[in-house]
Amino acid sequence: MAIDPDHPVLKVDNIYKYYGGKSTLIDRIQRKPKPRLVALDGISLTLSRNEVLGLVGESGSGKTTTARCIVRLEVPDRGSITFGDRDVLAADTETLRHIRRDMQMIYQDPYSSLNPRMTVRSAISEPALIHGLVEKEGAEDLVRELLERVGLPYTVANLRPRALSGGQRQRVAIARALALKPSVIIADEAVSALDVSIQAQILNLFGELIRDLRLGMIFIAHQLSVIAQLSDRVAIMYLGRIVESGPTADVFTRPRHPYTGALLEAHPHLSGEKKQAPALKGEIPSPYAIPKGCRFNIRCRFAEEKCFEIDPPPTEVSPGHYAWCHVLPDLHQS
Amino acid sequence: MTVRETSQGHIPENAWRRLRRRSVSERRWSAYTLWAGVSIILLATVLSLSAPLLGFTNPNEINLSEAFLPPSREHLFGTDDLGRDIFTRVLYGGRIDLSFGVITTYLSLVIGLILGALAGYFGGILDTLVMRAVDLVISFPFIVLILAITAITGPGLYGAYIGVLIVSWALYARLTRGEMLALREKQYIMAAQTLGFTTWRVILVHSIPNLLRSNLVFSMSDIVLNILTLAALSYLGLGVAPPTPEWGAIIAQGQKYLFTAWWISTLPGLVIVLVGVGFSLVGDGLADRLGANGGGGA
Amino acid sequence: MDQTLPDTHSLLEIEGLTVGFADARGVLLAADQIHLNIDKNQTLGLLGESGCGKSVTLRSILGIVPYPGEVIAGRILWEGRDLLTLPRRTMEQVRGKEISMIFQDPTSCLNPVFTIEDQITETLKIKLNMHARDAHQRAVELLDHVGIPSPAQRLGLYPHQLSGGMRQRIMIAIAIASQPKLLLADEPTTALDVTIQDQILNLLASLRKETGMAMILVSHDVGVVAQNCDAVAVMYAGRIMEYGKASSVMRSPRHPYTRGLLAAVPTLEQAGERQPLTSIPGQPPNLADLPPGCPFQPRCPFVREACTNIPVVLDRRFPEHGSACPFVD
Repeated sequence: MAIDPDHPVLKVDNIYKYYGGKSTLIDRIQRKPKPRLVALDGISLTLSRNEVLGLVGESGSGKTTTARCIVRLEVPDRGSITFGDRDVLAADTETLRHIRRDMQMIYQDPYSSLNPRMTVRSAISEPALIHGLVEKEGAEDLVRELLERVGLPYTVANLRPRALSGGQRQRVAIARALALKPSVIIADEAVSALDVSIQAQILNLFGELIRDLRLGMIFIAHQLSVIAQLSDRVAIMYLGRIVESGPTADVFTRPRHPYTGALLEAHPHLSGEKKQAPALKGEIPSPYAIPKGCRFNIRCRFAEEKCFEIDPPPTEVSPGHYAWCHVLPDLHQS
Repeated sequence: MTVRETSQGHIPENAWRRLRRRSVSERRWSAYTLWAGVSIILLATVLSLSAPLLGFTNPNEINLSEAFLPPSREHLFGTDDLGRDIFTRVLYGGRIDLSFGVITTYLSLVIGLILGALAGYFGGILDTLVMRAVDLVISFPFIVLILAITAITGPGLYGAYIGVLIVSWALYARLTRGEMLALREKQYIMAAQTLGFTTWRVILVHSIPNLLRSNLVFSMSDIVLNILTLAALSYLGLGVAPPTPEWGAIIAQGQKYLFTAWWISTLPGLVIVLVGVGFSLVGDGLADRLGANGGGGA
Repeated sequence: MDQTLPDTHSLLEIEGLTVGFADARGVLLAADQIHLNIDKNQTLGLLGESGCGKSVTLRSILGIVPYPGEVIAGRILWEGRDLLTLPRRTMEQVRGKEISMIFQDPTSCLNPVFTIEDQITETLKIKLNMHARDAHQRAVELLDHVGIPSPAQRLGLYPHQLSGGMRQRIMIAIAIASQPKLLLADEPTTALDVTIQDQILNLLASLRKETGMAMILVSHDVGVVAQNCDAVAVMYAGRIMEYGKASSVMRSPRHPYTRGLLAAVPTLEQAGERQPLTSIPGQPPNLADLPPGCPFQPRCPFVREACTNIPVVLDRRFPEHGSACPFVD
């Protein structure tokens, strides 16, 4: 695996994203600042070709918002995103189209990510035709090649999505994304809506494609085991920030952030040992009111006084492995 | 079908029969409604268009000696106060009514669909402008509008066309805009964007075909409504001028004789009802066929 | 074949339950000759992927199988009575009182136009005949019991003002208000975050320990079933493929489907090595078009000719751990 960390293909630099809240008339009279939802509070990450970065988080973590900002379905309020040598956020329409050719997204819901009125053939060949990567005569060969690559029989080309199962639809979505020969793929919960046996097939397919096509992939999921299956590196997100990041094996066996520890503990294990108490108490705070200091403080069992005052800076706890925590407890997992 | 067998052998025979019957009847029923509706409409259209070929000529032929004849083999719907054969008048009137219904409806649909889709997709000022225009048009008293237009264009079909068109597009626009708001969030639309398609392509090729369904279903009842509107206008003396046969005009003229020569108003009225039911059935059948995901069913 | 179960001390006994579905596309059996029993204080897991019939089985118990499905054969014995033959009024007594159910999506299971208080006290007033003041007090107690902080304040809120985890706790509170003997849980944590799922499952475990309530947990998550159930039934294409003590089934699965399922689950071990998972080949079964005999044939690595003839009955010679496949192990 030739990962070249010095030449990342995608660089996200400190992006912030807010959504405006509504202030009532009374609030405005009282001169209260307009409440706003903090979706991303300073997210930075890099990705190289032939590597998989896993983004893990629960609802409200900002992982989907990050993905949408990277492909510019949303625009962050601050920060920059660079793809190759191109500035994604400042790109004009033409440049953006070029960028989009090179960076594709696979969505979560196989039942709504394909246009119900288009056949599989059209869905897969359309991007290549529109971008001029193939001529009408070559389109059929492209369809055949892509279907084979994603493990679907050529006969599905004539079918519409409603005739296909969830797993098959997801394969079509992958074929469609591959039609443009991207160098980066962002999979936003791409297997979360699939049954276990189908999920395994699609995860294996991703593994093959990453290896064969030297793809860079950002893999977003909420299940740690799925992340562990594919990702070389992982970033754990909580309430709009990355709280821990590093090589997957390292982070999952020697986590240093209490939230990561809680996620690992809460994860259902096949061995079937019942725990006495839940891994994590309480609920995620409102993104309209991010706690002062470390945002995890009210739910953290290791929290000290400092944690309620100062936002923890990153600490490199081992090569390439960072944690944003003052306490950095040793949560070694057996 | 192998469903007769469960893992343990035969399931209760009557249960299996009941289930089969239900499955088959559900499948048949949706097909029946569609074809029944289509047949009615086709029948009405063909008869209207081919009236002269069938020997029904001159709906305006006056024959005072044959006035007020009840329905018979010679005069299927009887004759009116001027001895004109009502069936012939209904047939020729059909041309006017059916074409009015179809043209106003589908022209409105196209206009409303485009405006609604653009408003829903782009939002902002465009959305506000379109939606306020919709509000304006819908809340304006219709008859007053028609009177105003008739004052400009003069009485007749022309004024009726313009009046109905001005109002009809609004409902399609509102319907489409609402659906577009939901559609925009669908992942295949987002995918079309991230695949680098131009905005126009996303709207025209990907969005609009998926917005058609509810518009088409609605258009079926809209055709009937528009026909009735024309009928009402003719009834009020706007719309077509006598002696032009038009269903509403015929009914209006027969109103005086409701208790003596009931067939003058009633039978054309039944024709309107029948055609309305026809369009309604097609609408139902289409709704089933087009389904929620672009298809399903038999 | 007479399948009367010898055990008469079971809380609930399902015998030969068969549920058919009929719509424009055809007829299919969503559940096919299901035999299950659950004892007091026991948690039974129904494990399977979508379309395997686990939800339908659960709903049959309370008689809420949605149209176009209907129960066409079988008995469900509860305290000596067959629930499937009970008159409607009597069944309404059982529902929500002796047997309660919680569902997957707490958002759509709570009525958005009523406050939390209204919804909890409704149950208390109707099912337990409580008066308004007592009901209010009991509602506060219940919310506290299920771990909702500041329960008295929360009562006045509407469902949309609460998080998913809170809503699920409220649904649990409503379900246990009458101290049912059996709780049916249909994928109760599937829509929740992992840490919240952990909390809810923990809550259910402690409630069970307190009251001796039995539970049937439907899930597609192998880990959840492994950690929370005493016994598990693995379902596929409307039939039970394997049944037994959870620890036994998870450690030494006997049916090829169970083996495939367990092998396909990604684990935290070997993180980042990208070892391919052993996936089950093929597509999920089409219930309207199953092969004769065992429905798993198209995907089974051990398939042989005799598979078209086997009756696919759970092997009842080993009540501790039974498999529907006579050829493997």
